Amino acid sequence: MFQWLEVFRDPNTQWILAACSLLGLSSGVLGSFAYLRKQSLMGDALAHAALPGVCIAFMLTGVKSILYFLIGAGIAGVIATFGIGYLTRNTRIKQDTALGLVLSLFFGIGIVLLTRIQHSGSGNQSGLDKFLFGQAASLVRSDVAVMITMSAFLLAVCFMLFKEFKLISFDPGFARGIGYPVALLEQLLMFLLVVAVVVGIQAVGVVLMAALLITPAVSARYWTDRLGVMAVLSGIFGAFSGAAGTLLSTAANHLPTGPLCVLAATFLFIVSVLAGPKRGMLAKARLRMAARRELGKKQSVPAAEGGGA
Amino acid sequence: MMSHIIIMATGALAAAVCALLGCFLILRRMAMIGDAISHSVLPGIVIAFLLSGSRDSLLMMFGASVIGLLTVFFIQMFRQGGVQSDASIGVVFTSLFAVGVILVSLYTRRIDLDLDCVLYGEIAYVPFQTIDLFGFGVPKATFGLALTFLVCAVVVGLFYKQFKICSFDPALAAALGIPAAFFHYLLMGLVSLATVSSFESVGAILVVGMLVVPAAAAYLLVESLAKMIGLAMLLGVLSSVFGYGLAYVLDASIAGSMIAVSGIFFLAALMFSPAHGVLLRKRRLQRPAEG
Repeated sequence: MFQWLEVFRDPNTQWILAACSLLGLSSGVLGSFAYLRKQSLMGDALAHAALPGVCIAFMLTGVKSILYFLIGAGIAGVIATFGIGYLTRNTRIKQDTALGLVLSLFFGIGIVLLTRIQHSGSGNQSGLDKFLFGQAASLVRSDVAVMITMSAFLLAVCFMLFKEFKLISFDPGFARGIGYPVALLEQLLMFLLVVAVVVGIQAVGVVLMAALLITPAVSARYWTDRLGVMAVLSGIFGAFSGAAGTLLSTAANHLPTGPLCVLAATFLFIVSVLAGPKRGMLAKARLRMAARRELGKKQSVPAAEGGGA
Repeated sequence: MMSHIIIMATGALAAAVCALLGCFLILRRMAMIGDAISHSVLPGIVIAFLLSGSRDSLLMMFGASVIGLLTVFFIQMFRQGGVQSDASIGVVFTSLFAVGVILVSLYTRRIDLDLDCVLYGEIAYVPFQTIDLFGFGVPKATFGLALTFLVCAVVVGLFYKQFKICSFDPALAAALGIPAAFFHYLLMGLVSLATVSSFESVGAILVVGMLVVPAAAAYLLVESLAKMIGLAMLLGVLSSVFGYGLAYVLDASIAGSMIAVSGIFFLAALMFSPAHGVLLRKRRLQRPAEG
């Protein structure tokens, strides 16, 4: 019964757990900016786009090092961002099509490279396909160190530039007016998204990494109207999802981590949809009932008076 | 030789179905909903598979179409509840896809669906699974795709005018009394159907490439819907034929190569399109300065 608690004793698992929680925390915080800037699906596109970068980094270096992957995926992500921006601004193609286009093209090329690596039969390529859905148990100490450092970096940047990011999320025109380098900040936010995606690849996988950027933020939005509270809540939701996914995946040996993290996040989302204080379904239903009762009272009073007269 | 032709024909059919529907998705700015459907049909396929214990396509198609329509319904529901549209797309499809992946991983020993197949299909095995049709052994996936193609072509052909008006001018459609919601769900149902029947051959994530890339290339090249559909289908078919060749040369994923080739077509359209191409536009912009 308590067998699964044993996983807490293993120091390696503790580190992995810490890394995944921190990953969830930082992507949750970042995701709340992406959500307010209506760029939730950008994370999806960037996550898929990271795959060819990772594959090329592996083909060039021949080692599975998260640092090289970070560089490869970072470059691919930046190219994807520019591609999407270029198509949306300079052609008649709309943003959703540009997203789908870049996402599927990069992913298609990534799959070609991945299968090519697999068929080439070079040593130590096994485990590369774990990047698709993530396998937290396969993380080694150095990966964990990189993950923790990068997540802490993301959090630190978000904390320091909170005011700036807040302003470009709500009113970029005003931000430009008072002299903020809006374009630079937007690019920075995009770059941070790329970093978050890359950090999450080994733990959560490219296919579902987007969910860690989207779902906690949407859930947090149900509870509050303040960005600060929302970012913190979204971070907590993300950390919970990361931790829960990792634990479940470690306890049930074969399951990939990514989908489990996503399901944990979805669980929180459903709770938020139902129980959110003002926007939640229950609150809305209660409000509707109260209004109906109020209305009923108002209608019944004159009727009673009329009957009396 | 025969199997090469069968694989190419299967890919071409999948590409043609997807390109046909992709044109409408692009025009209605719903490309990412296509992406969402192509991911979220996975649990439908797996559940139908677990219930029936076979790869019988009819039940699978039914299950997946139901889930596809549910996806659209959920996205709509959260959007009306105040969630931003792309975030609600993201939440819904990642959740459903995660359920599907976990089901596949849980039952991976019992069923012969594995994660690789989910991602990039197994079009190379298509020729080996045949059904008996008037005495001929017809590959099952090819037959299913042909049927889907027929259904989609007939539905789009019958309601071409309605689809067209709904895509370009929803307000006019409403004024004319065209039931826009019905055609919305009809289109989504067709997209689910196309996704499911292409699923086995090209996989979940690459279906969206088939939906979007050829249609987007055609969108840059021509100005009329009919021409756009024709051209998109042609480009899709060409990508699958050349993509198969590329995969053969590179010894890599066939579906991935098909998408890569369609990407080359798209880049060519982006560069050299007479009206919207980057290069010609640059020249057009320079000409007044010279004169």
